[in-house]
Amino acid sequence: MTSDIKILVVDANPIRAAIIEEGLREAGFGAIVQVSETKGLVAAIGQHDPDVVVIDLENPSRDALADMFQVSRHVRRPITMFVDQSDAAQIEAAVEAGVSAYIVDGLRKERLKPILQTCISRFNAFAKLREELDEVRSQLDDRKLVDRAKGIVMRLKGLGEDEAYALMRRTAMNEKRKLADIARSIITAAEVLK
Amino acid sequence: MTLRLRIGFMPLVDAALLVAAADTGIAETHGLALELVRDVSWSNLRDRLHVRLLDAAHMLAPAAIASTLGIGGVTAPMAAPILLNLNGNALTLSLRRFEEMARVATGDLADPLVSARALATLVSARKASGLPPLAFAAVFGFSCHTYLLRDWMALGGVRLGEDVRLEIVPPVRTVEALASGEVDGFCAGAPWNTLAVEAGVGAILHCGVDLIPDLPEKVLAWRADDVERRGEAVTRLNAALIEASGWVSDDANWPSLARLLAAPDRLAAPAALIEAILRGDIIQGGGRPARQVPSYIRFDAAAIRPDPAHADRLLAAMGRAGQVVVTPDLTERARAVFGPLLMESAER
Repeated sequence: MTSDIKILVVDANPIRAAIIEEGLREAGFGAIVQVSETKGLVAAIGQHDPDVVVIDLENPSRDALADMFQVSRHVRRPITMFVDQSDAAQIEAAVEAGVSAYIVDGLRKERLKPILQTCISRFNAFAKLREELDEVRSQLDDRKLVDRAKGIVMRLKGLGEDEAYALMRRTAMNEKRKLADIARSIITAAEVLK
Repeated sequence: MTLRLRIGFMPLVDAALLVAAADTGIAETHGLALELVRDVSWSNLRDRLHVRLLDAAHMLAPAAIASTLGIGGVTAPMAAPILLNLNGNALTLSLRRFEEMARVATGDLADPLVSARALATLVSARKASGLPPLAFAAVFGFSCHTYLLRDWMALGGVRLGEDVRLEIVPPVRTVEALASGEVDGFCAGAPWNTLAVEAGVGAILHCGVDLIPDLPEKVLAWRADDVERRGEAVTRLNAALIEASGWVSDDANWPSLARLLAAPDRLAAPAALIEAILRGDIIQGGGRPARQVPSYIRFDAAAIRPDPAHADRLLAAMGRAGQVVVTPDLTERARAVFGPLLMESAER
């Protein structure tokens, strides 16, 4: 069954917005509108007349959005922020995840809960993805370092590739340091002693 | 034992006491390790404070009142045991509107009464020729910026929100909004007015002190229920900020303070420009020389003292702006936001 609640997603990051929209559709919400530019926000709200507006906290226009609802100049129905409508644990989870929601007055709070829950888990999933990407990037950098250090060890000690690598691993384990740190030390030392 | 505190701030010159306390070692001498976290909106600061992702936050004084009273859709009671500054705002017009206003002014534009009447002339001329109304921006609905704009316009009989549109534009977008013609003027804190003049798109018409002197601008906000529960932390932070106020008010320290504020994780703005603002040397634009504005922004000991009378002034301004109907009950609750008791214990 598809819910008739209309949701406006304001997110400057198009990839995250797509992930959220997909999550909401899976959760049975069909009427979703995405806005990435805050410039056309007023018009979009007037045009779509949403029941719920979801916005990411990285967006500096959040204060403008909040004001739009406070004075109700631009919206036909009064909208309030979710903090007064949901439980403390969920508010905390949302703010921590970096998302906020505004809802039309009168929408029962039970109906908001699954929407917010979906947004929270999708925001967290996106943050995790971003973290993993950073991790992969730094791992790639680490691998380059280790390869360079290995070459230095091979040259200076006349070792084969496997032996040089094994020596570095052993040193890292004995000194309880990461392999990349050992590699960095070797490269620095080699440059100083050049 | 050192207490660790996370404090949220917006990249504005009036975060000076927080930056000074955190970055000069003042906090350490009071048994505090401060982590300053930069944010992008006042709503975020309020929410992050509310869910205790922050221990305290840089906050617009009127926003602290609104949030406490629950006007504007959110109830998150705050207490402000200390202020961070008085004044610091300015009203900037696009060069085009400044020139138009200069043409119709009957007297010295530096006089708010003259400028407000000139605005009224522009407003009625536009209405007569079927042009869309002028738009002015503030950075938050519940802010001194809104009240300064409103009260200045009222001098000329112009109604903000009716004769002139009010837009809420985040500080980082003010210069761009002025340049693109999206708004005709804005009222914001430092350094945004100066940045607009520097960018060659705006002229500063009035400083906040020219319009309403010594308005309480920013406070250090805590969750209201944390102020008693975490008395020790509040007292130490107050003491650190009082010491920071002494350091920041000494003109010998302005070059160092400007450098600290200019850092990429603080304001990320040119140090020379920030230093000029601290000195009160305000570049005006519009073909006029720089102006020396005493008390352009105040960080001194008297300025940061919380006073329930601040609540009375702000609540009255909120009432004039139609944001609230002032009642004795609201007045009492708003006054409680600025309780001076904790300040006294920090001074001891």
